[in-house]
Amino acid sequence: MKKMIISLAVALAASTAAVSAQAADKTKACFVYIGPKTDGGWTQAHDVGRQYVEKELGDKVETQYVENVPEGPDAARAIERLARSGCSIVFTTSFGYMDPTLQVAKKFPKVKFEHATGFKTAPNVTTYNSRFYEGRYIIGQIAAKMSKTGVAGYIASVPIPEVVMGINAFEQGAKSVNPNFKMKVVWVNTWHDAGKEADAAKALIDQGVDILTQHTDSAAPMQIAEERGIHAFGQAFDQIKAGPKAQLTAIMDTWGPYYVKRIKAVMDGTWKGGESSWDGLKDGILTMAPYTNMPDDVKKMAEDTEAKIKSGELHPFTGPINKQDGSAWLKAGEKADDGTLLGMNFYVEGVDDKLPK
Amino acid sequence: MGIFESILLTIATAATPLLIAAIGELVVERSGVLNLGVEGMMVMGAVCGFAGASLAGSPWIGLLAGVAAGAVFSQLFAVLTLSIATNQVATGLSLTLLGLGLSGMIGEPFVGEAGEKLPSLFIPGLSELPLVGRLVFGQDPIFYLSVILALVTAWFLFRTRAGLTLRSIGDNPASAHALGIAVIRYRYLAVLFGGACAGLAGAHLSLVYTPQWVENMTAGRGWIALALVVFASWRPARVAAGAYLFGGVTIGQLHAQALGFGIPSQLLSALPYLATVVVLVMMSRNKRLMMVNTPASLGRPFVPER
Repeated sequence: MKKMIISLAVALAASTAAVSAQAADKTKACFVYIGPKTDGGWTQAHDVGRQYVEKELGDKVETQYVENVPEGPDAARAIERLARSGCSIVFTTSFGYMDPTLQVAKKFPKVKFEHATGFKTAPNVTTYNSRFYEGRYIIGQIAAKMSKTGVAGYIASVPIPEVVMGINAFEQGAKSVNPNFKMKVVWVNTWHDAGKEADAAKALIDQGVDILTQHTDSAAPMQIAEERGIHAFGQAFDQIKAGPKAQLTAIMDTWGPYYVKRIKAVMDGTWKGGESSWDGLKDGILTMAPYTNMPDDVKKMAEDTEAKIKSGELHPFTGPINKQDGSAWLKAGEKADDGTLLGMNFYVEGVDDKLPK
Repeated sequence: MGIFESILLTIATAATPLLIAAIGELVVERSGVLNLGVEGMMVMGAVCGFAGASLAGSPWIGLLAGVAAGAVFSQLFAVLTLSIATNQVATGLSLTLLGLGLSGMIGEPFVGEAGEKLPSLFIPGLSELPLVGRLVFGQDPIFYLSVILALVTAWFLFRTRAGLTLRSIGDNPASAHALGIAVIRYRYLAVLFGGACAGLAGAHLSLVYTPQWVENMTAGRGWIALALVVFASWRPARVAAGAYLFGGVTIGQLHAQALGFGIPSQLLSALPYLATVVVLVMMSRNKRLMMVNTPASLGRPFVPER
């Protein structure tokens, strides 16, 4: 009942939140958001990208967005409404919109769809993603250097490949500095509940963690870290305001340039479906916030790693790597292929958690 | 501070907003009115609490602003359901929707702003006592308010004449009216109290729990408070027990995960809700208990004959 009422409420709120303006000669780009556009994290990063589009393309483009769209059947309705309302291209910005996006795309073959973080495409659907794991490898290294207790806390949202990949990358980075480094993982099973994220942060700190990282959308864990005097990493967005003494760096999603590139492709007719784009640090879709609150040698290490990842010299998933159960995954020198990473459903050796199935 | 004490403190923080909102709704429902707008009033309390604290530069002003916002917002519901006798379920639901939307609008300039936390009590010596020091003498002011609210509400409902009158209105407004009791006025006051409590619970979220404003930050806590009232069969002591049980299971499951017991996390996350369902089922099997405590005219509009 509670769930039902909430999703009903959210759907209604979402349908009233859409902003619209109509003009004939403009290309209309539309966005579907899972959270409020001011969540200080994931969704806000996308909305900053949308504003960047408006700034860069000026009056050649108009944008529209729908906020707070829950994953599931409601998503299909919200996406379909946008497709009907004359959008040339629709960006669906959450993993759980994957099947709804494909479903709606089938009905509207002329409309172009781009789905973030998914792995299914169609003639008028592409996927796009950012190599977040590159940033997570860097913060794993920083964590292993900075932690005094030798244990980091990882606040995870829901067990999808994206999140599992992040945990593995963090572990790989930490292990490369300190093979005995430990990590405690707590799943909160939500993307956006500041209270619950704060609770998880407190629980982890109480159990001896002195560095926090998160794969959820609010700045609450950063705030708790600041309050308890430990360090943390910002997620999706620079969270230095919430943790001026706590934030070491943040993995910042920088979608704007990608959106501009794709919308331009729609305008000049070069947009092609069925493709997958997966850019990383070197393309600027992912940037690291300034390295703060750490000694110079740690900062230097982080900058070196960042440079090596950008140049292609370092791939966070380079063998030898075993799976959690000790079975071999990558041979020495072998690099993980994108397909395996995007569908990652196993932990690497050293992760001290049981992966929820 | 030991881990045990720290866990209890975290539980108290998680339970406090639920307890306050549920106590408020309990009084409303005891008067025979069902206000499903708790979530909406709570989120209004959260945003106005944060805005007030930010604009005035004092979290205490924020606290007052949150309470006032919840109270004022509840009167919209009161006018519609009590004076015009609209359907309470539909009106309550719209109040929640309106609150969620309106709070997002009001809160927009405050997003990403670092909030100021209400200071916690600190008594040298007492607050430093082992095990219970922080728990009893070192918490935030809203925690103490929640304890006082629960005690005073229990006393008011079952030990005072006005409380008896309120309960009789909830059971049979027509008879109460015939006896010359101002049914509608009582109900207005009950709804006002419920709104103020929901506002206070919301202010707790944005001034103590996570001192920041994010849209929809109540994240369903208003609905949990509503469930707690039924869970507690409309008794204040049981509301308190329920709120702490819910908070305890919520925090306990996070610790269980961090300790790595290997229990599926989805199951653990569902535990607080499962516990609520189990208690509800157990209670509804006891027909007599339900009959005695359920306000008999709950949710039914009452229009006094002239």
